[in-house]
Amino acid sequence: MTTEIRAPVLAPLAKPGKPIRSELFVSRTRTAMLFLLPMIIVLLVVAGWPLYRTIYFSFTNASLSNLGAAQFVGFKNYLGWVTLKSGKTFYSGVLADPAWWNAVWNTLRFAVISVSLETVFGMIVALVLNAEFQGRGIVRAAILIPWAIPTIVSAKMWSWMLNDQFGIINDLFLRLHLIDHKIAWTASADTAMTAVLVVDIWKTTPFMALLILAGLQMIPKDIYEATRIDGVGPIKTFFRVTLPLVRPALMVAVIFRLLDAMRIFDLIYVLTPNSAQTKTMSVIARENLIDFDKFAYGSAQSTLLFVLIAIMTIAYIWLGRVNLDGGDR
Amino acid sequence: MLWAYTKKTAFYLLVLAIIFQAVFPFYYAILTSFKSGTSLFEVNYWPTMISWDNYVSVFRSGSFPQNLLNSIVVATLTVALSLLFAVTAAYALSRVRFRGRSLMLLTILSVSMFPQIAVLAGLFEVIRAFGLFNTIWGLIFSYTIFTLPFTVWVLTTFMRDLPIEIEEAAIVDGAKPWTIITRVFMPLMWPALVTTGLLAFIAAWNEFLFALTFTSSNSTRTVPVAIALLSGASQFEIPWGTIMAASVIVTVPLVALVLIFQRKIISGLTAGGVKG
Repeated sequence: MTTEIRAPVLAPLAKPGKPIRSELFVSRTRTAMLFLLPMIIVLLVVAGWPLYRTIYFSFTNASLSNLGAAQFVGFKNYLGWVTLKSGKTFYSGVLADPAWWNAVWNTLRFAVISVSLETVFGMIVALVLNAEFQGRGIVRAAILIPWAIPTIVSAKMWSWMLNDQFGIINDLFLRLHLIDHKIAWTASADTAMTAVLVVDIWKTTPFMALLILAGLQMIPKDIYEATRIDGVGPIKTFFRVTLPLVRPALMVAVIFRLLDAMRIFDLIYVLTPNSAQTKTMSVIARENLIDFDKFAYGSAQSTLLFVLIAIMTIAYIWLGRVNLDGGDR
Repeated sequence: MLWAYTKKTAFYLLVLAIIFQAVFPFYYAILTSFKSGTSLFEVNYWPTMISWDNYVSVFRSGSFPQNLLNSIVVATLTVALSLLFAVTAAYALSRVRFRGRSLMLLTILSVSMFPQIAVLAGLFEVIRAFGLFNTIWGLIFSYTIFTLPFTVWVLTTFMRDLPIEIEEAAIVDGAKPWTIITRVFMPLMWPALVTTGLLAFIAAWNEFLFALTFTSSNSTRTVPVAIALLSGASQFEIPWGTIMAASVIVTVPLVALVLIFQRKIISGLTAGGVKG
C-alpha cells in the first residue's frame, strides 16, 4: 500500500458540541496523553527550558566560563546609564549599542530585499513550471539542486566564484565589459551585502517557486478559458485573476521566508565573515555569546531577536489563518 | 505566425536561463574539484583536466572521513528519534479530540519558527550539564528542536486525512491504540514517513549553528563545520580545490536523493509549509 491517499473531508471521530463520555472516549483521551508525553518532554527539555534560560541569562551578568555564578542585574544588559557629576549621562546596554542597531538594520534590509526578489523570481519560475511544455521535468529537477545543496557548501561555492583574483564572476564580467577591474565582492564594503543577497536568492528561490506553484495548481483551469474567450490579455489576466487567487498561498510563503530570513546565520558567517555591512542579529548575538565571552549581553540580543520573531509569528498565524482544528480541514 | 515563434523562443530562452543559473554553480564546483596545481587559478568554462588529487587529499588529510561518519550518524539518529516521537504524537493530535489540542498544535508550530539563536545560550548550559558538550549526542539531542515540530506537524496533517472507517473497524475488532498505529496506520503512512524523514534528514545534515557551537574538536565535527573551517597551510592560502572536493562529496548524495524522491519532497514541502 504505497499509493497516495486522498481522502475526502472527514467527520471528526467525536463530533463537537455533544461530548460522548463513553468508556472508549475516556480511554482514548488517556492514551492520547500518554502518546503525547514523549514529544512534550523532548520539546520542553530542548526548547522550552533553554528559551527560559536564555531569557533568564539576559537579566544576569553570566559569563561563558562561569554560568553558575550568574547574578541578577535587572535590565542592565538591555539599557543602563550612569550620570556623572558633571551632568553627562552615559548609556550602556544592547539598546544603546550602535553595533546592535547596525545588525538590526542589516537583518531587516536583508530580509526585505531578499524576500521581495525571491517572490518575484519565484513567481516567474512557478509560472514557467505551471505552463505545459516539453522538458518541464528537467526544469523542476534543475531548480531543486540549489535547494538541496547545504548552505555552507553554497556559501563556499559562491565565495570561490566571487573570488577577487581567480573568480569566474569577475572573469565573466570583464569579458562582457560589465566591469573594468576585478572586484572583491565578498570583502569590499559596498558589495558584501549584494553578494550575500545573490547567494541567498539563488538558494531559496526554488522553495518559493514550489510553494507558489502549489497555489497556482489549485486555480481551476476553466477560469483561464473564460478570460481567453473574453479576450483578456495575459498581463491583465495575471494581475486580475492569477495574483488574487494565488495570494493566500503567496502570503504564507512570504511570511514564512521572512521569518526564516530574519534569523539568517550560516550563509553570512561563512561568506562574509567579520564584515560590519552584513552582520545580522543572529551573527552578532553568537559572537557575543561565544567568541567575546559576553554571555549575558549575547543572551539579551538573542532575546530581543526572539521577541521580534515571536511578534511576526503571531502575525503569520493570524494572517495565514492556519488551521489548528486538527479534525476536519 | 512570426509573433507566435518569437513568443515560443522567448519562453524557451527563459527556461534555459532558469536551468543554467540553477545548475551552473554546482557544475563549476565539480569542475574546480577536478583541477590541481596552478590550473586551479585559471578560469575555465569547460572541463580541462580530470585529476583526483583533491579527492585524495580530502580523504588523506585531517578528519574528513570521521566528519562524514559523524554527519551520517547524527542525521540518521535524529530522523529515527523524531519519527518515533512524532508518529505517536501525530496519532494523538489528529485522531483524538481533547482539550488544549489547538493550543498544542499552535505551540508546535511556533517552536518550528524559533530562531535557533534564541535557545543557543540555554541549550549550551543544558548540553554542558548533561555532559554532552563536544559529542555527537549533544547534536542529535539539540537537532530535535527543529526536526520534531516539523515531523509532528506534517504527520498530523497527513494522518487526519486517512479514512476514519479503517480505524473504526480496528476499534470494533478490539485493537488497542498502539496496535492501531503499528498495524493499521504505519502501512498507510509509508509515503509520509519517507517524505518527512528525508526532509528532516536534509535539515539535520545541513545544520550549522549548533554544530559549530556545541562541538570543539575535529573528531566530533560534522561536515558543514569541517568544510567551513577547512584551512590551508597558512591563513592566506585557502585550499579551494580541497574545499570544492569536500563540497561535491557531501552534496552529490543529497542531490541524488532529492532528484530520486523529487515528487515526494515537493509534496512534503508544500503540505507542511515548513522549510526543510
